[in-house]
Amino acid sequence: MPDGSYERPQQRQFNPYSENGGTILAIAGADFSVIAGDTRQSEGYSIQTRYAPKVFRLTERAVLAVNGFAADGNMFVKKVKQRLEWYRHAHAKDMPLRAIARLIQTMLYAQRFFPYYVYNILGGIEEDGTGAVYSFDPVGSYEREACRAAGAAQSLVQPFLDNQIYFKNQTPAPGTNHPTHLPLPDVLSIVIDSFTSATERHIEVGDGLEIYVVLAKGRSTQELASIGGLQELSTRAEGDRMFVIRRDLKKD
Amino acid sequence: MDHFPTHWGRPRNELDDQYNTFPLHQRPANHTDTFANGVQRTQQPIVTGTSVLAIQYKDGIMMAADNLASYGSLARFKDITRLHAVGTSTVIGASGDMSDFQHIQRVLDDIVTDEFTAGDGNSLGPAEIHEFLARRMYARRSKMNPLWNSLLVGGFQNGKRFLAFVDLLGTTYSAPSLATGYGAHIALPLLRQSIDPNPDAVTEEAAREILRNCMRVLYYRDARSLDKYQIATVTEAGVTISDTQKLDTTWDFAENIRGYGAQTQ
Amino acid sequence: MFRNTYDSDNVVFSPQGRLHQVEYASEAVKQGSAVVGLRSKTHSILLALKRSLGELAAYQQKMHRIDDHVGIAIAGLTSDARVLSNFMRQQAMGSRMQFNRPIPVNRLVSSIADKAQVNTQEYGRRPYGVGFLVIGQDKNGPHLYEFSPSGNSYEYYAMSIGARSQSAKTYLEKHYESFVDCTLEDLIRHGLHALRETLQQDKELTINNTTIGIVGPVGAHENQLLAEGSFRILEGEPIQVYLNTMQPKRAPEEPVVPAQTDNVGEEEGPTHGATADEDVQMGE
Repeated sequence: MPDGSYERPQQRQFNPYSENGGTILAIAGADFSVIAGDTRQSEGYSIQTRYAPKVFRLTERAVLAVNGFAADGNMFVKKVKQRLEWYRHAHAKDMPLRAIARLIQTMLYAQRFFPYYVYNILGGIEEDGTGAVYSFDPVGSYEREACRAAGAAQSLVQPFLDNQIYFKNQTPAPGTNHPTHLPLPDVLSIVIDSFTSATERHIEVGDGLEIYVVLAKGRSTQELASIGGLQELSTRAEGDRMFVIRRDLKKD
Repeated sequence: MDHFPTHWGRPRNELDDQYNTFPLHQRPANHTDTFANGVQRTQQPIVTGTSVLAIQYKDGIMMAADNLASYGSLARFKDITRLHAVGTSTVIGASGDMSDFQHIQRVLDDIVTDEFTAGDGNSLGPAEIHEFLARRMYARRSKMNPLWNSLLVGGFQNGKRFLAFVDLLGTTYSAPSLATGYGAHIALPLLRQSIDPNPDAVTEEAAREILRNCMRVLYYRDARSLDKYQIATVTEAGVTISDTQKLDTTWDFAENIRGYGAQTQ
Repeated sequence: MFRNTYDSDNVVFSPQGRLHQVEYASEAVKQGSAVVGLRSKTHSILLALKRSLGELAAYQQKMHRIDDHVGIAIAGLTSDARVLSNFMRQQAMGSRMQFNRPIPVNRLVSSIADKAQVNTQEYGRRPYGVGFLVIGQDKNGPHLYEFSPSGNSYEYYAMSIGARSQSAKTYLEKHYESFVDCTLEDLIRHGLHALRETLQQDKELTINNTTIGIVGPVGAHENQLLAEGSFRILEGEPIQVYLNTMQPKRAPEEPVVPAQTDNVGEEEGPTHGATADEDVQMGE
């Protein structure tokens, strides 16, 4: 009102959110899934740490990458893990991937009016043995996709993936078709290239790279044999296998 | 006596006709209701501490903070200890609101006492203290009622160093060298240069020197800092928090500064 | 109707200074099939005898995982056990949420003991009709605890509860001094021998009626890549290799404690008026 009668006192409100940079990425193959994230955590122009994992193993066959506000992200992962633990207690088995995806959507939507400020990408192996990637927005909207990038360098990486994974703007040679799924070595190369490029062009990306690889039961691990920095995370030799590849990214 | 209970305990308004039945009775409009804008919570820190610095070194971790608690730009309290031992293997350092920090000290001392009285040989190490603080800070920010601090938690547990950060948003991270507030801009590059390549190569003497140097740089550059500070170390042997030390500084260069203010020649 | 004058509720002492309802609850534990627990320097293990309610029924689950580092075996009312194990899981998860620390095993056991004690003192409640053996590991090494409806909890080198558990205890008392330095395989063999003592004459331990729970480093016969030797339950085929190591049973000579009420499912409450008409003497 002009006379100021309805004016409320000015408040400098506490802002419960922050943005901690970094980028995550996942690509699904026919019988594998690759989920990756850089390890830099930043706020504004300050690098808080060069090693803060953004990708987490949930079960033998599910991996969750979380990007956005780090405090929300860590809390969310912790809560998802505890929900999965209760599922394990109740059913004496791990929750299947598609059920984890739906669980994550309900957990995110439950906070619809005070959201977890995080972008989630869930990757792993479905019950039918296919590689899968699910991507989420902060309030739980989700879909299954073949690939997805999120976070600070999403706008740099996603167009590259659209071109290299979905073959957008590429014309197949006459009489041939684009493959529906790429082989694992190609996918790993694309992931590594995505992150080295994002590191070059985005100040919030860099320091380290963690690539989780989930292989469907019975699949050969041959293609991983020659890769440096490989560590196996599976607890059983039979069943789905999980590996993590740790690499350096530029620190500048 | 006023027959409208809603008037009880409120300022009288002579312009309001208490006996009118129309319009329907409402609260007098010319006063301010304390709760009209909802409950007020900490919107800003009041008495504040500035940077805390911490590094890992060969034998454990070392942490430094000056002795000042500021009231805005006023150097209000000049003998405040901002380093606090929690149990026998952890130290925390606080910047931000000092009353919130004192609350945190009380809460931490309570859980350490509970742990001790359990008497079963278990104790809370730095990792547990840090997790607990992170949960508390995050819970408070989620209630939009934050504890207005940036905290460093350092310690030594099971033969391993521990050093981590937590702030009023519940954000956490860990690194070989850490700093809060202004120190994150001014001192952290210096700390990273000497610590990050290999903390194991830094002796206690060297670590002390590195921190003293950074505290001096901060004192020169940070207007909310003081030349009196303390250093805490946590090693296998436990926690020690030093007595207050004084920085030796030189201000000779000030005489040669020309070109601003009234002094232009 | 009642066996005793002072047993209609749990808050009134008998003139002998006993709480009959609490003692009856301990009888419920003895209705359940036996479980045995043993501890070495490196491992704690549980062995349980599973009962089937009949030809058509599956074997009743006797062991529950509480957390990575804790597991329990139960004897008595399964439904009460579920309530308590759920509570233990909450405690364990709470510790992980608040301190990111596996809950110390003794605190976990104390927390249910405190719950059970409340039921022995407040009017209108009934004691839990179930006993646990709890194994777990923390920074002080492997542990074995017994929890009972009376609200007591004790730590043991080796222990047995449930039907005919006295026979198993006799075996354990004879051999417990050797357990400390046992390998996992030897410890399991001792456990199987002890558990065998609780069987009826014509019964044997099979892969179907035996369950083994372990905390501690992976043994020679296990092919898992477990982190920190967390709690695992072995059932079915994987335990055959351990059953094969058992020595043939000696000719029956030890007097077996008379079976209380055979073929009563462990889900049933204590039966009144089983033997004596005087105050029933409880084992300490």
